[in-house]
Amino acid sequence: MSETTRFPPRDRDARVTDTDFPERAAITRAAVGIGVYAGAFGVTFGAIAIASGLTVLQALLMSVVAYTGASQFAFVGVVAAGGSPLAGLSAALLLGTRNMFYGVPVTQVVQPRGLQRLWTAHFVIDETTAMAVAQRDSRAGRYAFWATGVSLYSLWTIGTLAGALIGSGINTAAFGLSAAAPAIFLALLWPQLSRDGAATVAIVAALVTLVLIPLTPPGVPILAAAVVAVVVGATPAKSHATRKES
Amino acid sequence: MSLWIMVVLTSLGSYGLKLAGVSLPQSVLNHPRVQRTAYLLPPAMLTALIVTGLFDANGHYGVDWPVLAGVGAGAIAMRFKASLVTVFIVAIVTCAVLQLIV
Repeated sequence: MSETTRFPPRDRDARVTDTDFPERAAITRAAVGIGVYAGAFGVTFGAIAIASGLTVLQALLMSVVAYTGASQFAFVGVVAAGGSPLAGLSAALLLGTRNMFYGVPVTQVVQPRGLQRLWTAHFVIDETTAMAVAQRDSRAGRYAFWATGVSLYSLWTIGTLAGALIGSGINTAAFGLSAAAPAIFLALLWPQLSRDGAATVAIVAALVTLVLIPLTPPGVPILAAAVVAVVVGATPAKSHATRKES
Repeated sequence: MSLWIMVVLTSLGSYGLKLAGVSLPQSVLNHPRVQRTAYLLPPAMLTALIVTGLFDANGHYGVDWPVLAGVGAGAIAMRFKASLVTVFIVAIVTCAVLQLIV
């Protein structure tokens, strides 16, 4: 406990007792809103997972333990397209690497120590990171991280279970859900295209994927797109001098 | 059985990546090329997932027109700054209606 008293507002106890900052109500509303949309996507994920051949338990396990939407959709997307589960695993983990990099800003805001890292890590995803770093000070940032994380996690998991149970009972293809996964990917992709170099990488990745579709086993075109990102990312950034502006 | 193994590995691997992120020395993750690769991976892979979702019919080129129209309608909604949930609803409703008609 000594380390928590050295920097007062930083552990879970502080989170509970710090109720006096002005943004608290606004953060709570935003966290609940994010949770509601996550619940809707959870229902979709559950239904698509079942349509892809996963069991209810497998779909639920992914939401409870993996808890990272894009990777989960990628996994079931690759498996649904006839790709090997190994290709699905690779695609999911490559997409999941961004969560690792979110660890840098999240650690600066939440400042987990020792074993706190074990459960802090579980909640590091797109939305919690964005909410945490968007706040004015680290006390509000910590509250935003946990409020968003808990709201999103509960509703994502409940949504997944509901979607999986619904998906087991009806033919979800008849409800337009085939368009759901690509539409979600597009909605996730859209704001990322403004990052420097991202649009170019996306176009090259699209062409590489398109060419490889008839030539390779399912799943491989998606991994080839990852190679495009790695090659461009690891190349010295002489044509990316404007990067700092974004 | 293989599916079970991959589901478990995907789940544990996803958590492992998050744990590495809050545990690794920040100097490793702050390397510019590492960061740039990390930022470019999602757009590249999401694009690939969209392309295969729209044009991959079990290893051949093929288009499911209601799906393409649904995603297109979602993209138009996005142009008009619709929320994620709106985009999603527009896409599946368009797709479902066209599936009924065609």
